[in-house]
Amino acid sequence: MQTHDLDLKKYQFKGATSGAIGDLRTMSAEDRQQLLMSGVDVEERERSGSFLHLDHSNVHCRTMQPGVEVMDIKAALKKYDGLPDYFWRLIDKNKDQYTKAADKNLHGGYFIKTEKGAKITQPVQSCLFIKGQGVGQNIHNIIIVEEDSELHIISGCAVAHDVKEAAHLGVSEFYIKKGAKLTFTMIHNWGEEVAVRPRSAGVIEENGVFLNNYILLKQVKDLQMYPTLALNGPGAVARFNSVIVAPHGSYVDTGNRILLNAPETRGEIIARTLTTGGTIINRGHIGGYAVPCKGHLECKGLILGEGVIHAIPELEGTKPGVELSHEAAVGKIAQEEIEYLMARGMNEEEATSTIVRGFLNVDIMGLPPELKDTVEKTISDSEKDMF
Amino acid sequence: MLKIENLHVNIGDCEVLKGINLKIHEGETFILFGPNGSGKTTLLMSIMGFGNYTITKGRIIFKRKDITHAPIHERAKLGIGMSFQRPPTIHGLKTRHLVEMCAQGRAVDVEGLARKVNFDSFLDRDINSGFSGGEIKRSELLQLMAQQPNLVLFDEPESGVDLENMALIGTTVRQLLDGDIGPKPDRSIKQQKDSLATAGLIITHTGYILEYVNADRAQVLFTGHLCCEARPRDILEHIRKYGYQECVRCLQ
Repeated sequence: MQTHDLDLKKYQFKGATSGAIGDLRTMSAEDRQQLLMSGVDVEERERSGSFLHLDHSNVHCRTMQPGVEVMDIKAALKKYDGLPDYFWRLIDKNKDQYTKAADKNLHGGYFIKTEKGAKITQPVQSCLFIKGQGVGQNIHNIIIVEEDSELHIISGCAVAHDVKEAAHLGVSEFYIKKGAKLTFTMIHNWGEEVAVRPRSAGVIEENGVFLNNYILLKQVKDLQMYPTLALNGPGAVARFNSVIVAPHGSYVDTGNRILLNAPETRGEIIARTLTTGGTIINRGHIGGYAVPCKGHLECKGLILGEGVIHAIPELEGTKPGVELSHEAAVGKIAQEEIEYLMARGMNEEEATSTIVRGFLNVDIMGLPPELKDTVEKTISDSEKDMF
Repeated sequence: MLKIENLHVNIGDCEVLKGINLKIHEGETFILFGPNGSGKTTLLMSIMGFGNYTITKGRIIFKRKDITHAPIHERAKLGIGMSFQRPPTIHGLKTRHLVEMCAQGRAVDVEGLARKVNFDSFLDRDINSGFSGGEIKRSELLQLMAQQPNLVLFDEPESGVDLENMALIGTTVRQLLDGDIGPKPDRSIKQQKDSLATAGLIITHTGYILEYVNADRAQVLFTGHLCCEARPRDILEHIRKYGYQECVRCLQ
């Protein structure tokens, strides 16, 4: 990891402020396209809340449904007296230079909180957007899903089309209370010269459920993250689903960690990674520290043409009776699968693309239909670069 | 329809087929017997054109076209279809989607076809993922029904299938070969039969399939050679009584 330390002096962490954007539809067609590909609907149809952070400013924030509160983190810190129970409680602000930067010079981030028992059926959408050349962005997000409530968040991160170089540093802390359920779908849509350092952690209380989806289909210069979820209450469930594509020039070091700290907890990590020339380090760690608990880790990697996939699955049990398993495979598409489809009349290219689409399928993520369509369209568009 | 001339096929350095000559006519059902390892599957795979099977000599002619070295999908498009014995699982590819693709642009009633093989509840499952022996056969048949080939290659339609499923599979194979023939207002049964020209090449060990399909001819494949052309039931009876010992004597 040492070798991938960023030189933060290269980026502009001051001065890239913008005024409010009342209506997201007024943004340029290109920007809207970038937002769309990150899961953000500028029409804000079927959304319970909407949030946009641009470079160093929160420019748009709306709550459209009772039972959920969407705010800029700075406003939330004021309103809730510094959020003593939530702000920097899961992540050490001195962990590394990125958390330090976010601590010292906070630009913003979203604060999303449900009311007890509120079932928010429509997703909250949020986007952290970089539009300025060379901008460095310090973000801190807090998500609190109160007892017995349900929430779906679509969190898109993107850079504008013409941005060459940028850095995104993002701290996220998740609190899933008793019996609460959060589906969190993060779509990254970065650029060739963008460095990204999310630092995320969450706690899940008794019978809480956290489904975490992650999609990265476009090139990113250097991305490193390792979100960790602690299942602290009995019956808590966590699942990570990731679909990651690394074209030539991408360096992606990503992993998920699930800590099964209480009995009757379950954790699952499923990652599909595909390289067409980039490097993917796919980590995974499930720790079973209470019984009974169950964990399963699956990392599958496809190398199309060239590239590197380094899968590092780890299982750790400290009690007899933990049930942990993993399945990892890195390779190319099996010739047998291609020939099977060819025997049904597809040519080699069609067969390959059918298999790749199956491999990258996002069905299990339970995305809203229009977002699923966008993701599938992005996958089929990126296919041109894949082969 | 299919003409194979002096076909020699290698797997790696090993010659498995040693000069096969075979003709199958339009609408004809041909049964292939033979002990394990005699080259039956290799013959099917070579007709379909799979990569691991190297044709070193001879020709395969289908519908008057030399397909000896044609890629797999061109053979499929020409009208050759195959039921696989152990098809691979393709994660994320729904059975429904594959069946649609088998139809190659023709409109196809996937649900209706699936109901015929009692497979409608599998359409949204990943193809071959966790399918049992019988389920694999039904899925293969469903794909072939959508594909509508003129020559169907079946590798052991009865293997891994329980008795109840065997009847369903047997009648479906028959339907695939003979069509859905019955009294119809516009065309006589004879007319219907004449217009249907689906041929079949079926590998069988047990012969159960013979109770369902109307097999025209049969031959034994033994150590890479075709021998003993006779009526299918005669060969089956002979093998049941004497095994393949006689083949050795014939070929000497």
